[in-house]
Amino acid sequence: MKSVITVMGKDSVGIIAKVSELLAKNEINIIDISQTTYENQFLMVMIVDMKNSNISFAQTVNELKALGEELGQKIQVRNKKVFDSMHRI
Amino acid sequence: MIDPFEIMETINMVDNEHLDIRTITMGISLLDCIGQDSDIASQKVYDKVARLAENLVPVGEQLERELGIPIINKRISVTPISIVGSACGDYVKFAKALDRAADATGVNFIGGYSALVQKGYTKGEYDFIETIPEALCTTNKICSSVNVGSTKAGISMDAVAHMGRIIKRTAELSKDRDGFGCAKLVVFANAVEDNPFMAGAFHGTGEGECVINVGVSGPGVVKKALEKVKGADFGVVADTIKKTAFKITRMGQLVAGEAAKRLGAQSGIVDLSLAPTPAIGDSVAHILEEMGVEKCGAPGTTAALALLNDAVKKGGVMASSYVGGLSGAFIPVSEDAGMIDAVRCGALSLEKLEAMTCVCSVGIDMVVVPGDTSAETISGILADEVAIGVINTKTTALRIIPAPGKKVGDTVEFGGLLGTGPVMPVNPYGCVDFISRGGRIPAPMHSLKN
Repeated sequence: MKSVITVMGKDSVGIIAKVSELLAKNEINIIDISQTTYENQFLMVMIVDMKNSNISFAQTVNELKALGEELGQKIQVRNKKVFDSMHRI
Repeated sequence: MIDPFEIMETINMVDNEHLDIRTITMGISLLDCIGQDSDIASQKVYDKVARLAENLVPVGEQLERELGIPIINKRISVTPISIVGSACGDYVKFAKALDRAADATGVNFIGGYSALVQKGYTKGEYDFIETIPEALCTTNKICSSVNVGSTKAGISMDAVAHMGRIIKRTAELSKDRDGFGCAKLVVFANAVEDNPFMAGAFHGTGEGECVINVGVSGPGVVKKALEKVKGADFGVVADTIKKTAFKITRMGQLVAGEAAKRLGAQSGIVDLSLAPTPAIGDSVAHILEEMGVEKCGAPGTTAALALLNDAVKKGGVMASSYVGGLSGAFIPVSEDAGMIDAVRCGALSLEKLEAMTCVCSVGIDMVVVPGDTSAETISGILADEVAIGVINTKTTALRIIPAPGKKVGDTVEFGGLLGTGPVMPVNPYGCVDFISRGGRIPAPMHSLKN
């Protein structure tokens, strides 16, 4: 399953590294990353492939959420189908 | 690849603009449960509903988590109980069996304590309607609906008169909760068989064995989109609503397909709806006010609603494989913060609400009137509402609560999605002689349209 991870919050050093580390640990492959900052706000959108993941979707959500709290970021994960259906005919 | 801007747009709709899936409703046929022994038949009803809907709530929650979109209600609709129970007659027993099934499956409502009597009653259907007040007031999660008119059959004025008395009796039986029973009872013209919304959902006899119908929502998203085109002409307004409705409905389509697949049910319809909640930022009235009417109910309101309703359908139709249900903007007074305000400040009257129902889905909905409103006057309001549907070939409905002991100026709290109802004034002149005539108003003609 392909999913979209969004990370939003105040910019600081090492956010991408920490999120990537968690994904790598769980065998979740990053397909695409787009990241920007605007007025000290951090925004990252990652598209990942979870087909070889060694944890469930619900666990991934929980782990990323916990990491987000640690980093002061709001991290959300959604099935990519949500964005495909809304924005692509 | 998806543009990060588009991704943020979707997330913003969910996080800040109340985009949600209002309901996943599983329609279940109970035709195979019919039997002459009411104990056996009602047990079959319980068993079938509990078995087929066993995973409805878990799958709904799983989809919520995976797609990141709230799914507010998981519900069930069944074959009208007036049919299922006609061979044995003990209808309330079926209501209680369904109520237990609702508890077992974790759904918050089951619709289908219903009868279709637009052209006439069978003896069983008359007896069934008589049991509605008891069924609604001795169960928690059962919803009831009765269809009293259709464009093909005309209006059964006997049923209209009868339902006035049933509404009054239901209010009286639930007077300890300000007539709450009436919030679970809808009277229809041109009722549809695949409506996912309560209280009017039932699983029509033309439907399959087990079907998933989905109702979407998102008045807040439409309001926010219109805020960005302030002052633009109506072409721009209509286009903005269409584009927004398309996006909202795509979510419904996705959820409907996924839910049906995971539940092993047939994928039914997506209801192209804008359903408000009492939450701030989730109001249909506020969309109309964003278009430029000072308060919902002011001159211009009906035209604004007509545009909204039409644009929602045009945007939604393209987004979904099969559309159906009630499709359109809902205007339930007690469930919409803007409507409540409009009634309180005197901008919105019952008569204006009736006019608004000519151009939108569904009808006079969740309106609280004084407790001393007579059964005949309620029947008169119902007859007017049904006539609008029958003549204009659309679904209309009445869900009215004559709150016992309450007067104009009072407020009734229903709680949750059903909201807060300010008591609205009713025209003081009566219609007793009109209602007591009985019989049937003939079906309208379909040419010479003027």
